[in-house]
Amino acid sequence: MSSSQSREPITIEDGIKLIDAAVTKLTRIIEGKPEPPFLPEEYIGNYTIVYNMCIQKPPHDSSGPLYEKYGAILQAYDKLTILPSIMEKHDEYMLRELSRWWEINKIMVRWLSHFFYYLDRYYIARNGIPSLTVVGMTCFRDHVYEKVHFNVKQVVIALIHKEREGQQIDRALLKNVLDLFVQNGMGNMERYEKDFEDFFLTETNSYYSRKASRWIQEDSCPEYMIKAEESLKKEKERVSHYLHSDTEPKLVANVQTNLLVSVAKQLLEKENSGCSALLRDDKTDDLSRMYRLYHAIPEGLEPVAVAFRLHVTAEGNSLIKQAEDAATSGIVEEQVLVRKIIDLHDKYMAYVTDCFQNHTLFHKSLKEAFEIFCNKKVAGSSSAEMLATFCDNLFKKAANDKSNDDSTIESTIDNVVKLLDYISDKDLFAEFYRKKLARRLLFGKFSDDHERSILTKLKGQFGGQFTSKMEGMVTDMQLGKDQQTGFEEYLKNANTGKPKGIDFTVTVLTTGFWPSYKTSDLNLPLEMVNCIESFKAHYEIKTNHRRLMWIYSLGNCNLTARFDAKPIELIVSTYQAAVLCAFNHTERLTYQELIDQLNLSHEDLVRVLHSLSCAKYKFLKKEPASKTISKTDSFEFNSKFTDKMRRIKVPLPPVDDRKKVVEDVDKDRRYAIDASLVRIMKSRKVLPHQQLVSECVEQLSRMFKPDIKMIKKRIEDLISRDYLERDTENPNTFKYVA
Amino acid sequence: MPPRPASKPSRKRSNPDSVTSSATGPVPSASSKKKSSKEVDETDKLFDKYANASSGVIDPEGIEKLCSSLEVPHTDIRILMLAWRMKAERQGYFTKAEWRIGLKALKVDTIGKLKKALPELEKEVREPLNFRDFYAYAFQYCLTEDKQKFLDIETICQLLDMVLGSTFRAQVDYLIDYLKIQKDYKVINMDQWRGFYRFCNEISFPDMTNYNLELAWPSIHDDFFEWLREKQA
Repeated sequence: MSSSQSREPITIEDGIKLIDAAVTKLTRIIEGKPEPPFLPEEYIGNYTIVYNMCIQKPPHDSSGPLYEKYGAILQAYDKLTILPSIMEKHDEYMLRELSRWWEINKIMVRWLSHFFYYLDRYYIARNGIPSLTVVGMTCFRDHVYEKVHFNVKQVVIALIHKEREGQQIDRALLKNVLDLFVQNGMGNMERYEKDFEDFFLTETNSYYSRKASRWIQEDSCPEYMIKAEESLKKEKERVSHYLHSDTEPKLVANVQTNLLVSVAKQLLEKENSGCSALLRDDKTDDLSRMYRLYHAIPEGLEPVAVAFRLHVTAEGNSLIKQAEDAATSGIVEEQVLVRKIIDLHDKYMAYVTDCFQNHTLFHKSLKEAFEIFCNKKVAGSSSAEMLATFCDNLFKKAANDKSNDDSTIESTIDNVVKLLDYISDKDLFAEFYRKKLARRLLFGKFSDDHERSILTKLKGQFGGQFTSKMEGMVTDMQLGKDQQTGFEEYLKNANTGKPKGIDFTVTVLTTGFWPSYKTSDLNLPLEMVNCIESFKAHYEIKTNHRRLMWIYSLGNCNLTARFDAKPIELIVSTYQAAVLCAFNHTERLTYQELIDQLNLSHEDLVRVLHSLSCAKYKFLKKEPASKTISKTDSFEFNSKFTDKMRRIKVPLPPVDDRKKVVEDVDKDRRYAIDASLVRIMKSRKVLPHQQLVSECVEQLSRMFKPDIKMIKKRIEDLISRDYLERDTENPNTFKYVA
Repeated sequence: MPPRPASKPSRKRSNPDSVTSSATGPVPSASSKKKSSKEVDETDKLFDKYANASSGVIDPEGIEKLCSSLEVPHTDIRILMLAWRMKAERQGYFTKAEWRIGLKALKVDTIGKLKKALPELEKEVREPLNFRDFYAYAFQYCLTEDKQKFLDIETICQLLDMVLGSTFRAQVDYLIDYLKIQKDYKVINMDQWRGFYRFCNEISFPDMTNYNLELAWPSIHDDFFEWLREKQA
């Protein structure tokens, strides 16, 4: 563009005239009135006027006045054209007017800025004054926005209320209007917040507060929750439709406070439809909704978790009571009970993972609930014992019935391990389990896989120390097979010592692993003695420095009894066999003679004789033929006995050793407590009583819950054994005695 | 757990706490040397009067004679206090050395003086610091066997009566009742014994409002507390 400096300078007055003309044309165009658009020359011409006026030499350099003129144009336009038009209208119409003029204004500012652009480049930059665009926006804000925003806000809020009550409104319009509020903040959200948002939130607050009071009276808990969820959803949509995103968190918090927080107690405790009722009626959908709603509220889930815990505890307790009531003559149906508890656990664990999204609070509630009723006794049996018996039956059945598929067994095992976690007397379980495991391994069929599987899982959960003995037992059985093969080899090769045609199998048990068994000095029949001797010889060759202790109470024997009618094979225990063999040499023996000959304890002999002469199969005749054994009885081989079976198994009823197990565990606990106390004192040197006790409880909690009184007694015992002493200054503190 | 092997040389009958023997220094005197040797002679002569000629120590018979000379009953606490003063190691016996120590500390050398010194001795023993020591000594003194650590209930009841009876009559009566009725404890050890004294000293009686089951009182005191509470209910 060429401009000649030799031209006449344009005076302010002339310049202004030209500019006014251009402005008039511009306003006509942007207001949509019939007006031919600017031609490129006109456009350039307008720019050039300003340009020339700015670069003119003083006194005609008109940058300042032009800048003023620019502002004045816009101000006049705002005040005289825009504002009146808006103020004329009401309600929605006003909003539309506002919206329309806002767009027009933007165009106006833009076009004018183009015309006056030269000012932006030099005058404005050099003087650090607001740019043309800023001037334009400020003008609108001061002369239009400030005057109308209050009324506009009222209209907007009224429309929002209409929409909340279900009517359709023009969302796009609202979006524009609120956008306007934001933009009039000119860089910050203050205008939006102060002129609109604050009022909006106050209105929202009272709206939902009213709704809450009504709904809580009229609706059931599920119905209320649905409405609450719906409301939250709608409000969030509202934000995406026309509110600024900043409003969302405040709005959500507002709604939640009114609909959920302030009525929480009433809602959750509603009779017949509140939390407990939903749990009782298995309303998982409603519970999921409850979780969703209260999850976002700090500490909102606590009452729900409490209700959950109470409910599960009540369910568990009623199972326990059922079992207690059903227990006839002190025998608990533990198969049924344990299964039911497992099912209960699965059911409510599903609740935790599904309805409650695996939230730790609910895991904790479930755990606490189970810990309460899983530690209750049922008809004298502790849960530890019941669980051990359950496992015993499970494995016995599985070993005998191969049709059971492995995956059900495995999942049951998993459930057992989970339940064990809730039982505090884990060491008691281990002891019962060990006793029963011993019987399974020695007296019946067992599945090596299943036994190992549960031990691996128990080890994973509770540590190697928990399962080391049991693993040792299972390994012993493995080794036993190899040993037996070795023994049979030995018998074949060594000609001496072949035990006279008796097949003899020995299982060698490692003492530390297996439960302790009483030995007895039973006098075996000669044939059996030979067997023992030959094995002893073999074993001594194989190993050094090992002492064999023979536990005859665990053995069994296949005898052929030659009755008059026909010979029958009897499968009996070693004790029973010894008694029967005694009759090989004499027809008749008195109780006293039997005692002398066999060297059994009275208790054992009475049991054995009862099983052979007073039970189902009477292999011996008893005189007198009463139902119980007395020391004056005498016995005779019952040659007249017969049965259609060719093979009879005579079980020796096992002695009830529940008391012994509990005693053994108590003893072990005393040692464990002692060891723990010494360990703690050794490292701490000096410790007050309370802390010592609590640390001790902490250390031992993995295996059992120690009785505080017992700990106290152990402390006193350690004092009297000079491991600890009381501090002379403070008798409540203990010192380690090195 | 096996009982701990004694790692220290066997502390036979020495007092467990540091003995606070009331150090009454000897009265300085010009002719101390001569006089002390004279005293020793007198003391020794007195000793010989009661000692058993063959064993060279005062045995139970001798002590009985001593008691009648002092006009003090055989089971009187003052004899025990005298034993404490002497640091006598073995119940029922006084050695010559112990005799010397005791009489020297009391500054007496005749029976008459000894008798007069008894009230003074009692007063001294009853001072709190001394009494604690004396109290523990009383238990120790009754242990007759080497390595013995317990006393039977019967002995404890007698001892309680003798040692604490005059100061804590009510507590002692109830304690004795309890000890005779209960079946959990057949013997009492030093720690529990000490506990009785602490109990009488610290716990207000008979309300026992300041007794706290959560503290480190030996279990026997917890049991006594609960038994008494039940009785009072």
